[in-house]
Amino acid sequence: MSILLEVDDLKISARKDDDSLLPIVKGVSFKVARGEVVALIGESGSGKTTIALSALGYTKPGLEFDGGEVRLEGEDVITMRSDHLRSLRGQRVAYLAQSAAATFNPALTIGEQVTESSVLHGILSKEQAHERAKVLYQALELPDPERLGRRYPHQVSGGQLQRLMAAMALCGKPDLLVLDEPTTALDVTTQIEVLKSFKSVIKQEGSSAIYVTHDLSVVAQIADHIVVLYAGEVQEYGTAEQIVSHPTHDYTRRLMHAVRPPPAAGQGDKTSSEHKRQAPALEVRNITAGYGRKRDGTTMVTVLRSVNVSIERGQSIGVIGESGCGKSTLARVVAGLLPPTEGEVLLDGQELNPALAQRSRNELQKVQFVFQMADTALNPKQRIDRILGRPLEFYLGLKGKEKRQRVGELLEMVELPPEFAGRYPEELSGGQKQRVNLARALAASPEVLLCDEVISALDSIVGANVIDLLRRLRQQTGVSFVFISHDLSTVASFADEIVVLYAGRVVEKGSTDRVLSPPYHPYTRLLISSVPELRVGWLEEAMQTQEAQAGIDRLVTLTEIGCPFFDRCPLAIKDTCDQEAPPIRDLGEGHLISCHRPESEFLH
Amino acid sequence: MSETQKSMNPSRQFDELPDAPPKRKIRLSWAGKIGIAVLVFWAIMVVIGPSIAPYHEAEFLEESLFIVPGSDEKYPDTDFQPPSRIVLLGSDYMGRDTLSRILFGARTTIGISFIATILAYLIGVTLGIAAAVGYRFEYRGFTIIELDTVLSRLNDALLSIPSIMLGLVMIAALGSTIPLLIFLTGIIYAASVFRIARSLGQEVMVSDFVEAARVRGEGLWWIITREILPNVAMPLATDFGLRFVWVILFISALSFLGLGVQPPMSDWGSMVKENLPGLIYGSVAPLIPSLAIATLTISVNMIVDDISAQTGGKLAKRMIS
Amino acid sequence: MIWRALFGRLCISVVTLFVVSVLIFIGTNLLPGDVAQILLGQMATPDSLAALQAKLGMDQAAHVRYFMWLRDVATGDLGFSKAGLGAGNATPIVQIIEPRIFNTLQLTSMVAVIAIPVALFLGLLAAMHPGTRLDRTITFSTLNLISVPDFLVATFLVLVFAVYLGWLPSIAYLRGDETGWGLIRALAMPTLTLMIIVSAQIIRMTRATVLNVMSSPYVEMAILKGVPRRRIILRHALLNAIGPIVNVIALNLAWLVGGVVIVEQIFAYPGLAKLMIDAVLVRDLPLVQACAMIFCASYVVLIFIADMASILSNPRLRYPK
Repeated sequence: MSILLEVDDLKISARKDDDSLLPIVKGVSFKVARGEVVALIGESGSGKTTIALSALGYTKPGLEFDGGEVRLEGEDVITMRSDHLRSLRGQRVAYLAQSAAATFNPALTIGEQVTESSVLHGILSKEQAHERAKVLYQALELPDPERLGRRYPHQVSGGQLQRLMAAMALCGKPDLLVLDEPTTALDVTTQIEVLKSFKSVIKQEGSSAIYVTHDLSVVAQIADHIVVLYAGEVQEYGTAEQIVSHPTHDYTRRLMHAVRPPPAAGQGDKTSSEHKRQAPALEVRNITAGYGRKRDGTTMVTVLRSVNVSIERGQSIGVIGESGCGKSTLARVVAGLLPPTEGEVLLDGQELNPALAQRSRNELQKVQFVFQMADTALNPKQRIDRILGRPLEFYLGLKGKEKRQRVGELLEMVELPPEFAGRYPEELSGGQKQRVNLARALAASPEVLLCDEVISALDSIVGANVIDLLRRLRQQTGVSFVFISHDLSTVASFADEIVVLYAGRVVEKGSTDRVLSPPYHPYTRLLISSVPELRVGWLEEAMQTQEAQAGIDRLVTLTEIGCPFFDRCPLAIKDTCDQEAPPIRDLGEGHLISCHRPESEFLH
Repeated sequence: MSETQKSMNPSRQFDELPDAPPKRKIRLSWAGKIGIAVLVFWAIMVVIGPSIAPYHEAEFLEESLFIVPGSDEKYPDTDFQPPSRIVLLGSDYMGRDTLSRILFGARTTIGISFIATILAYLIGVTLGIAAAVGYRFEYRGFTIIELDTVLSRLNDALLSIPSIMLGLVMIAALGSTIPLLIFLTGIIYAASVFRIARSLGQEVMVSDFVEAARVRGEGLWWIITREILPNVAMPLATDFGLRFVWVILFISALSFLGLGVQPPMSDWGSMVKENLPGLIYGSVAPLIPSLAIATLTISVNMIVDDISAQTGGKLAKRMIS
Repeated sequence: MIWRALFGRLCISVVTLFVVSVLIFIGTNLLPGDVAQILLGQMATPDSLAALQAKLGMDQAAHVRYFMWLRDVATGDLGFSKAGLGAGNATPIVQIIEPRIFNTLQLTSMVAVIAIPVALFLGLLAAMHPGTRLDRTITFSTLNLISVPDFLVATFLVLVFAVYLGWLPSIAYLRGDETGWGLIRALAMPTLTLMIIVSAQIIRMTRATVLNVMSSPYVEMAILKGVPRRRIILRHALLNAIGPIVNVIALNLAWLVGGVVIVEQIFAYPGLAKLMIDAVLVRDLPLVQACAMIFCASYVVLIFIADMASILSNPRLRYPK
């Protein structure tokens, strides 16, 4: 196989205010052969995007090349003249960005943007380019290829835009594609579909690719070679098969270790019975809630419909669903931030006032909220000791030495050194901030902790550490956890009960073992089968399944009547599922499935 | 940071990369430094100006001062004298020393503008933050009206009148005295301060840390003083500089039209107006007070420009809108 | 969708205009005592006072008077100027105002026609070469220009072009029969002054808007697609910046109102603003009221146009899902 791109001892630095250089990429070398996909994997700050962009002879503003060569078919692109570079970009090397929503120009039609590069470079005439675009739309399984080109970016969905970007990149038949985390922002069920499209289209077109990602499971599906990066240096470089099954380097092993096994029965924790009491710690009864309250008490957009959830003391319950399913809204209802239009929230058997302002301090103390983004959840103008000290003072009346001592204990609990008390949030890394965020919630000595996507913004290793911490805290304190996440593997490894939400309705709930083993609700089955597994060849198997064929890349729609999953369901019964609300089937031991199909017809 | 971490726990070899940028101090460019120097100079002049002025602001210069040795002219003109050793910046249309009037006028112009800006800030920030936190008038648990709605509507209307028009109408009705001038300017500029304080407040109000405080059960006062104000203080301080510039220009414009500070008090704007006829003879008397205003306003803008360029340009965008 | 957005803006403008009219009415009726008293002065007898009050509708309640006034304004009847009212030979305000409006429109439209293209060109030029000497020169000088008082620009220009060079007259008095070259000469100085003031703002805002668009991810994508620079600016950036830029222009034309007041005064230009200032100085409140209403109405209309521009240029509104 001939070599297409050769990165040789590449160095890239950032120019600081005082004009000195800060190395970002420190001598990286790898090769891309024709027809091959090379993955650059690493966490934030590893320099993976910077390296990938160098294949186009481009650096982000503020960065500059500081040595080495990037040879495309033997020709160094770093030293290339700007007009040569321009004809190289889009024609020989094409780029796919992480967020298609931001990358498409809102004022131009999709068709113009997809064909622009190849027409400008004189590869194709305008008509030819539009014809080719249509072929690509078809190959990428985009709806209505004939008219798609005349639409504007805001008129299509996120998953479709992501694939349109692939069409834009491929239109000029480039030799090399640079894909920068192209599926990271997508829901799991969408991600699998987009991944499949990318893979087949790359194969069809016979082009090579550099695939940048932080997700090992995704890489395993698409890459031939893998370059593992940390802090701008190559840690390990080998074939996908070798890296995934026999990693040799420490860092790669740690990355592998942070990947949670695919969700399956038997992973969840068991609630120790010592904390059990009569009434559940928290009970959510028949909650209906939404935004834009109208005069008659109903809402313009109803996000949650008749949701029932109850949590025993010391239990942890996972709430799972894709974006827009209402999982965060549920947490906000419990916290009192959004009073529901119907239903009630009970704490220790006592009804809580729906609105925050009317709750007593004692009630507030018992339910604590851990926000998703630690970056924004901590006041940048307060030091850590004040952030942690305030709930101690507010709920427990601690002052002076007592308070300081307790702040120290809290820091120790979340495995942070005591000197962090004197720091400001911006002096901490993302994972450290999330720990402080947790410590603040624990400071109130709560009974229920609402964790809203607490690890989704963190790198995998850091996230895995936070999950370990949560697990220990749970054993130590006996606090009940409501763990909200879009990531089924995370939930499966942590919760002992799972609630599956779809379009604001509970479609299935029960113990982790029961939910993750047959019989499944069709949506649960789709979710489980969409989680990438860390092995080569998983993608092809997954795409063959019935539920994947039916459920892929459709928008979640909030419906008034019938089952909201109707249009994505492989088992949907026409004129029943879209008309009548599904009955709730009790399969015993608290395992409930909401579906028109009888138990015998469920997917296995 | 990563150093302390490593020494603390050597087993964590590949720990998370520190993503916190080191705290950046604002470094002023040469233009900003000059700006600071000019600003400090005028601040000192406000305090000591009148005591170091060679003459009193209303003092008519003696003809004898201008008698050229050897000439037999007994009564030379004292008005519109060019700068000389006797009158460093020349004399004005009534034969008064321009330098002295500038020094006296500094206190009037800067003083009035500063007090008016502070007034605008007191009103604008108080109402803006109150609107941002969603203060509402309630009766038996029902919202009668939201402060934000009322104030924003009123504010839109106020901003729909060019400030100079509003000034002219009010002065036509009430006449021109210094307390009125300050009050009027304060109200007019409170409208734009309100808008900025409200949008900054709303930005912070929807942030997770304020939500965290609300979930904790904190009262409104605590949220305003501990969560919101510390986070809007810096942008507001920068905006204060800009607002101060607008106020100086506004008050000077009114004075220039003869509707601001009234004679015999000297103020930079009215000094331009009084001496305008001298322009045809090429006198610098109308130019000097204009330049005095310009040095002040330009220097404040230089400093603000420097700061906003270094705080991510977010302010720069606000400042031009 | 787009019609709803436009209709919404229109409603807001109408409401704003209504509130503005109330504010102006209150402003001009704040005066203790009443106009009739002032008009008659020493000659007032209880009978003549009552008669004049009845004639002016002053015996009615305030809100009734307001609606009477509003009805008159809406039908084009702006009332009578105070001048000569007592003596019985009152001049209808419409007659006084008409030629003045024409003059002011003549001046401002000339400014708009020349300044807008020049300013857009310079703004784009600066944005296309950020950080270069050209850009720095443009940003630096426009920053200075917006910081200095309008009358500094005017006096400086007079000093250069009228006094030292003697090319242009220092005042812009119109007899009404100027044509061609004479008219251009008469209008040159005020036009030049206003142009400088207005372009400085437009240049800064155009530059900021275009730079903001240029730093967006879709422009970076266009660079990575190998799109030539010229096409990036003209097609990718400008298409997105056009809405904000039209907005900027409309806003600046609205701000012309403030500049016109100063410029007409300095150059003794017989426009509407000069008329208004003179009215303020003699406290001719009906005339002040009328002028203020005209200025504010045109301001509101321009701001409405500015808003419309941003609505119309938004593809999300133009092509709904």
